[in-house]
Amino acid sequence: MGMDFSTLRTLISRYCVGEENWVDSRTIYIGHKEPPPGTEAFIQQRFPDNRIVSSKYTFWNFVPKNMFEQFRRVANFYFLIIFLVQLIIDTPTSPITSGLPLFFVITVTSIKQGYEDWLRHKADNSVNQCPVHVVQHGKVVRKQSRKLRVGDVVFMKENETFPCDLILLSTSRDDGTCFVTTASLDGESSHKTHYAVQDTKAYITEKEVDSIQATIECEQPQPDLYKFVGRINIYMDNEPVARPLGAENLLLRGATLKNTEHIYAVAIYTGMETKMALNYQSKTQKRSAVEKSMNAYLVVYLCILISKALINTLLKYVWQADSNRDEPWYNNRTDTERQRHIVIRAFTDFLAFMVLFNYIIPVSMYVTVEMQKFLGSYFIMWDDDMFDEELGERAVVNTSDLNEELGQVEYVFTDKTGTLTENNMEFIECCVDGHIYVADAICNGQVMPGATSMDMIDSSPGPGAREHEELFFRALCLCHTVQVKEEETVDGIKHGIHQGKSTSFYISSSPDEVALVEGMKRLGFTYLRLRDGHMEILNREDEIERFELLEVLTFDSVRRRMSVIVRSSTGELYLFCKGADSSIFPRVISGKVEEVRARVEHNAVEGLRTLCVAYRPLSPEQYTEVCHMLNGAKLSLHDRDKRLAEAYDAIEKDLILLGATAVEDRLQEKAADTIESLHKAGMKVWVLTGDKMETAAATCYASKLFHRNTQILELTTKRTEEQNLHDVLFDLSRTVLRQHGGMARDSFSGLSGDCTDFGLIIDGATLSAVMRPAQEDSNSGNYKEIFLEICRNCSAVLCCRMAPLQKAQIVKLIKASEEHPITLAIGDGANDVSMILEAHVGIGIMGKEGRQAVRNSDYAIPKFKHLKKILLVHGHYYYIRISELVQYFFYKNVCFIFPQFLYQFFCGFSQQPLFDTAYLTLYNISFTSLPILLYSLIEQHINVDILKKDPSLYRDIAKNSLLRWPIFIYWTLLGVYDAIVMFFGAYFLFDNTTFTSNGQLMTTNTQMMFGNWTFGTLVFTVLVFTVTFKLALDTHYWTWINHFVIWGSLVFFVVFSLLWGGIIRPFLNYQRMYYVFMQMLSSGPAWLSIILLITASLLPDVLKKVICRALWPTTTECIQTKRRCLASEPSTIFMLSQTSSRISF
Amino acid sequence: MMASSYNAKEEDANHPGAANHAGAGVVKSKKPDNTAFKQQRLPAWQPILTAGTVLPAFFVIGLIFIPIGIGLYVTSNNIKEFEIDYTGANIDNPCYNCAKNFSWNSTAQCVCAVTFTLEQPFESNVFMYYGLSNFYQNHRRYVKSRDDSQLNGDRSALTNPSKECEPYRRSEGSPIAPCGAIANSLFNDTLQLYHIDSNGTLNEIPLVKKGIAWWTDKHVKFRNPGGNNNLTVAFQGTSKPVNWKKPVFELDPEDPENNGFINEDFIVWMRTAALPTFRKLYRIIQKKPSTTPTLPSGKYVLNVTYNYPVLSFDGRKRMILSTISWMGGKNPFLGIAYITVGSICFFLGVVLLIIHHKYDNRNNSADISN
Repeated sequence: MGMDFSTLRTLISRYCVGEENWVDSRTIYIGHKEPPPGTEAFIQQRFPDNRIVSSKYTFWNFVPKNMFEQFRRVANFYFLIIFLVQLIIDTPTSPITSGLPLFFVITVTSIKQGYEDWLRHKADNSVNQCPVHVVQHGKVVRKQSRKLRVGDVVFMKENETFPCDLILLSTSRDDGTCFVTTASLDGESSHKTHYAVQDTKAYITEKEVDSIQATIECEQPQPDLYKFVGRINIYMDNEPVARPLGAENLLLRGATLKNTEHIYAVAIYTGMETKMALNYQSKTQKRSAVEKSMNAYLVVYLCILISKALINTLLKYVWQADSNRDEPWYNNRTDTERQRHIVIRAFTDFLAFMVLFNYIIPVSMYVTVEMQKFLGSYFIMWDDDMFDEELGERAVVNTSDLNEELGQVEYVFTDKTGTLTENNMEFIECCVDGHIYVADAICNGQVMPGATSMDMIDSSPGPGAREHEELFFRALCLCHTVQVKEEETVDGIKHGIHQGKSTSFYISSSPDEVALVEGMKRLGFTYLRLRDGHMEILNREDEIERFELLEVLTFDSVRRRMSVIVRSSTGELYLFCKGADSSIFPRVISGKVEEVRARVEHNAVEGLRTLCVAYRPLSPEQYTEVCHMLNGAKLSLHDRDKRLAEAYDAIEKDLILLGATAVEDRLQEKAADTIESLHKAGMKVWVLTGDKMETAAATCYASKLFHRNTQILELTTKRTEEQNLHDVLFDLSRTVLRQHGGMARDSFSGLSGDCTDFGLIIDGATLSAVMRPAQEDSNSGNYKEIFLEICRNCSAVLCCRMAPLQKAQIVKLIKASEEHPITLAIGDGANDVSMILEAHVGIGIMGKEGRQAVRNSDYAIPKFKHLKKILLVHGHYYYIRISELVQYFFYKNVCFIFPQFLYQFFCGFSQQPLFDTAYLTLYNISFTSLPILLYSLIEQHINVDILKKDPSLYRDIAKNSLLRWPIFIYWTLLGVYDAIVMFFGAYFLFDNTTFTSNGQLMTTNTQMMFGNWTFGTLVFTVLVFTVTFKLALDTHYWTWINHFVIWGSLVFFVVFSLLWGGIIRPFLNYQRMYYVFMQMLSSGPAWLSIILLITASLLPDVLKKVICRALWPTTTECIQTKRRCLASEPSTIFMLSQTSSRISF
Repeated sequence: MMASSYNAKEEDANHPGAANHAGAGVVKSKKPDNTAFKQQRLPAWQPILTAGTVLPAFFVIGLIFIPIGIGLYVTSNNIKEFEIDYTGANIDNPCYNCAKNFSWNSTAQCVCAVTFTLEQPFESNVFMYYGLSNFYQNHRRYVKSRDDSQLNGDRSALTNPSKECEPYRRSEGSPIAPCGAIANSLFNDTLQLYHIDSNGTLNEIPLVKKGIAWWTDKHVKFRNPGGNNNLTVAFQGTSKPVNWKKPVFELDPEDPENNGFINEDFIVWMRTAALPTFRKLYRIIQKKPSTTPTLPSGKYVLNVTYNYPVLSFDGRKRMILSTISWMGGKNPFLGIAYITVGSICFFLGVVLLIIHHKYDNRNNSADISN
């Protein structure tokens, strides 16, 4: 068949290029049989078995390894150190205060990780133990998959998935071919033909196969799925025959055998060395941008903490220089303390200060953040809008660590087939000489010209047109490489056509061809089969027409057309040609070119995939000439490709145009709408596909990724062949930059409908040239930069012909560019896995091509359209929520710790805690933790509907805007201000005035004195109320739960304080808080000062909010205000969308 | 991970729940519940802080705070307070000699008399305080140097005080009761107040020494071991704190309800002060049943039995007389703070009013007209 030539061609070209690609080679003995003596002495190599290991721990190393992993986290390590310090030296607080929470966190985490690893073990086992059939000593034996070894001859049946990478030896088909679908591997669901080694294809029983004596030499495994170089040495009568092996002989792990009863193949790469395994990158834990800022803040706070401790230690020793201050008569040290060296004392003091202030970085922040993420992810899973009725699936969250990252996405990398499209080709219409035929599924072979046509040129087709129509349909029925598979059972998925009782399928490597042939069937012409070199067609009158297939001029992407030469039963010779309009029109000499061209352009704009059909009647003399040319080209040894191309070029000329077809790969529902929203939200959408450029481009138009006025820049092999890469890149960048400089920065506003924007198309080969690391000339190193520069200015980029790893490379390239944008990759097939793993956020679509993408993704959604909700709504919310969570946590701990710091100046730097131990421990755990946790779960600053309607709101939070340094500093300063107000407020009330209570609860007219614990309790009460009210002021969405938790936690604080102070606890030997809180509350001035200090603390923040909202409102704030103003009006939403779009300008 | 992707199909097959062709029942179970909570559509009040909404609050706060502040300020100013330093740091101070010649070992008591004049009569109950400066009662080593169990009458703690009391835990082999630095440094000056008549005679003013401590402290937190009777026996086997002149059961020999651990002077001292400058209640001068003021204006003598050295750490001792009001002692800060915050709020209210009129209205009208 036609494929043979291309196979040979690639082989030849490979050998011409030479063998420099051979990294290192391995030798495989088929069936573990040593070659006959006397041949080259091979050294037996050791290969791994077919075991797949993805688990991290074993039973034995779990505890130490897990502990090690956990304490590698800076935060955990920090708390461990604090805990140890508390154990060792005399510190102001007890070790329990930090030990308990740490123990809790560590235990919970290790249980969770242990469980996850157990699941991985289970998964590994089920893969490793699934049965495989292996030929041993002439018999087929069952083996566990993990026991498979390199050199084993494997027997596979139809629909089985290959357990490792195999070289095809023989098949049940006579021609030594087998069909394979790699849907789960690279996303192409079409059937691919693979070939058995010519010299072994005759061995078709297990006995015969077992008798093969051969060795295979091939390269060591490498990840490129489409590349394989090897050689097989077959010993026949001890005479080795060497044959080349190529990718067409290689069956990859993960691919599935189709339409072939059984095959024999030999394992060459096993286990972790299979190409599929090499294509999966190890899944590293992803960290969100928020987490990164959190860590940065943490470092700042660590510095603050250390400097606080240092300052205090230093001041302590300056202050203590006077021995009467150091050791007044009323406060002596113990002897052991006195004898301690001053350096040790100073160091101990430093550590004690560290422990006293360590709450500034609370364990509870980490716990709260983890809980927020974990619980928050349930809202994504519960979302009814992301439930797909058809699939019966809802969103799945695999990693809850990245919820907020969904609100930060700048680049979206999407797969095409199955992600943007439904991966389902459908014949839409054809046009013969300007007459349009719409294939109606129910029309039962009745053509209805004119009934639905729109562009009828003349209402009654003349006899000439009639003839063209007949020819057109026959052309489509004949000019293809579709195979027919007849089957009794109904598989019922795709290509099922019902013909009488039996069911037959059309199989082709191109789904378009299938769609066309099926479309013809619906228009009355059914392609039956190819038999004895004759193609049979069932025409409208139910007669079988037979055409002898003489030549197939196969499709290639340079020519972009294919042809067949057939002889009809009446002996007439025809050449039928179909191909892209651009490659057909120049070769047409007659026919209604204008009408067809108009229709083709119309269809292309609609996003349909169009093909033109033409024919050329051949006289017997012409045919002889054609045969001569073709044979001459085929037989040539050198430049065969070139000569064949020349021959094709010479043959496919003087065509007569018949018409055009339109096929649709239906876009997923609302895909275009989603992409538009993403654009408006300021995201750049890239399509990365393994598909052909033309197809991909059509999809891009259909999905509104490219608009009609998008200027397309091409960076493809075709272009780089004409010019060198360097020039092309510079050309493009010049074009882009010139245009861009001219139109200011308007294009970023997203609504650049009226100004030209750019779309870039690049293919895999060119991309790898661009990405190639700098060689001798330093110029090539800049290619990446130039390429990035071009990309940055393009609103949409299409990368076609991508290998899975290339997709990941692109993502990596963008990730590493100087702005470090947040990337999101979305895909449905196994070919998208590497990019899903590489991107900051990986999203899997629950498509038809297996579950690999879903498994490896961070989030999985049923359809592409759900991306809109998950990004614009959930992402936005979680970003807002977690940024508030982080800032608030740091703020409330500044408020908490800063008074303690100030207090040191008034207690002789003695590390005396201002607050009671219970307050120190519970402040973060219970008094102030629940309100913020709840806020971070249910806050909605804007309604869901508005967020969805107005994607531009997403820009308000772009680039981590709520966690920038100025905002962080504002929060910190606010915390310091509040702390100062609280501390000095209380200080002035206690200092030099009698701050006393009337003690009316006890005995009238008694004056009680307040001590240091009352002072601390007063500050603490103000602190808890201020911090909680601050959150209340930030809450925009008050459900009953918020009310319950906010007021509830305040009530809890009061009740706890009353209980804590009211119960005498002789067994605890701890009574310093006894009745302190109640005594405080019985004093009028205490109430007054609490109210005053809370008001004073909250004042600046309220003021800042109000003034900023009034003077410099953000889009979000405008919308919020608008909503209030217009709440009563009926057309609120309409107005909103109007105003918001106006604002975004 | 990788392997989990390989086995996707197996698991799907094994797992009836995961296979989507299992039927409508499965589909139904996967469909999320359409509850308001799960769909994040709980009914909610959605307040927004704008100039318009905050304005009234500012005015209201201002209008409430200013009168309160004025009230507090006036009340505080009506409180009469008198303070006199009797440390004896200067040579012209009557207690100079006592301060200078202080020695822990001397058994002789040094008494000095400080005269002062009250310009205005003190009405109602008058409270007498002693004040110390530069005395770090809030030092960590000091604050924790006590044993609450011992003070609560626990027998085992009495004979074996907590380690926190070091180095005031044991003296000459026997446990100290009460142990610790706080108890050891109990303020032990005796203050007596005399009024000098117009004819020059000294009238001692009766000072009430009970009712100065927290009720709960006196009745719950502090307890003598084995009840209040026969304290000498109860404290047998313990020794007095090193700096004390007499053991704990002789703090107030006259009144068994005020002796031992439940001595109110002791309890007041044990409540450590928050700041290095503090005052503690010493005595109460009850108002007289007649209409005459409790302390009429005129000359007074403060007789000090000088036992407590403060000069070594640069401290000061004061005696304070003060009346109180409904809001406690003299406290101008609170009133001033209230007035200040109230005025700021009022002022901000005005500023916001301007902003509100200038910006909010303009924005709104502009948006709506578009």
